Amino acid sequence: MITATNLVLLAFLVVLAWAIARIRNLFVVTMLAGIYSLLTATVFVLLDAVDVAFTEAAVGAGITTVLFLGALLLTDREAKPRKNRMASLGPMLLVVLLGVALVYTTLDPRMPHYGDAKAPAHGRLAPEFLADSVKQVGAEKPTAIHVPNVVTTTLASYRGFDTLGEVVVIFTAGVGVLILLGGNGIRRRRRNPAPHADSSGAGSSGAGSSSPGSSGNGAGA
Amino acid sequence: MIEHVVLRVIAKLLAPFIVLFALYVQFHGDFGPGGGFQAGVIFASAFILYALIYGVENARQIAPPAVAQAAIGLGVLIYAGTGVASMLLGGKYLDYSLLAQDAGHGQHYGILIVEFGVGVTVAAVMITVFFTFAGRRGVLEAREDVATAEDDEDR
Repeated sequence: MITATNLVLLAFLVVLAWAIARIRNLFVVTMLAGIYSLLTATVFVLLDAVDVAFTEAAVGAGITTVLFLGALLLTDREAKPRKNRMASLGPMLLVVLLGVALVYTTLDPRMPHYGDAKAPAHGRLAPEFLADSVKQVGAEKPTAIHVPNVVTTTLASYRGFDTLGEVVVIFTAGVGVLILLGGNGIRRRRRNPAPHADSSGAGSSGAGSSSPGSSGNGAGA
Repeated sequence: MIEHVVLRVIAKLLAPFIVLFALYVQFHGDFGPGGGFQAGVIFASAFILYALIYGVENARQIAPPAVAQAAIGLGVLIYAGTGVASMLLGGKYLDYSLLAQDAGHGQHYGILIVEFGVGVTVAAVMITVFFTFAGRRGVLEAREDVATAEDDEDR
């Protein structure tokens, strides 16, 4: 049953990805991308990764869609058709090769199967984390207070340094957007026309005279 | 969208519950799914919903850009400061075991504080990024207005 659900969801994802790549109406593409994220979140739920599904639904389907819509207001509704269609063949080939490689390594019998408890990745630290977290992070003996969500303990305590890095990445993204788009961008040119020498910006440096007849030379010269 | 009565009323009804749910996700992340990242995004989405319905200018009255921008750095400071605090108490950086009377409580408090820092930064960044993008159109129009006004002046 779960396999069937997975297959249907993954088929939807493929169809959606194809549609997103083909459709030129950016509004439709934004909405499809939101649906794609929501379906991905469903896949994560089926994989028992509830925290990741939560993040994907909130960030991917929620905020990202809204941000795309905000960006869409600033640009055209339609993407321009690609002039040279052959130019996209190379990237397409690369993506297909990568996909085939990923599918191959997933199905290769020599690789650990999905959910295999004996996989090397689950061998050394994971059991320790699981036992220690349910007992109590860092405690010598089990007590009343513990943190049952192992994902949280792993993210915030065992891998605390990584999470600090992630927060700094988000911080950097916010600061970057502020630097690029944050200022109101209006060059405050002085409005008083009395010393007309340098009041009209860089383009019209020749406007030296303050007589009314020569003030149009910013465009005319 | 301020002229749609249904949207206006529903948005105002929903916003406090969204914030409440964000706080639940934030401070219940140690027991259920959730944590700072998700909570921050949900918290920001309440303000973004308000901005979508009532306009960015009105939303800026509730979440002033100066406060949001300060909160971007504040969250990182809370996170990194927890690490420094644990160092000052004699432990390793970001080892929360010494923050309370025993290691278990210390870890628990440390995780909650650190997740709070994550939530603050994520919410502030999301609000700031949305306001910046959504306010951009007004900026561009204002810039065009200035340009046309100057053209008029020149003529």
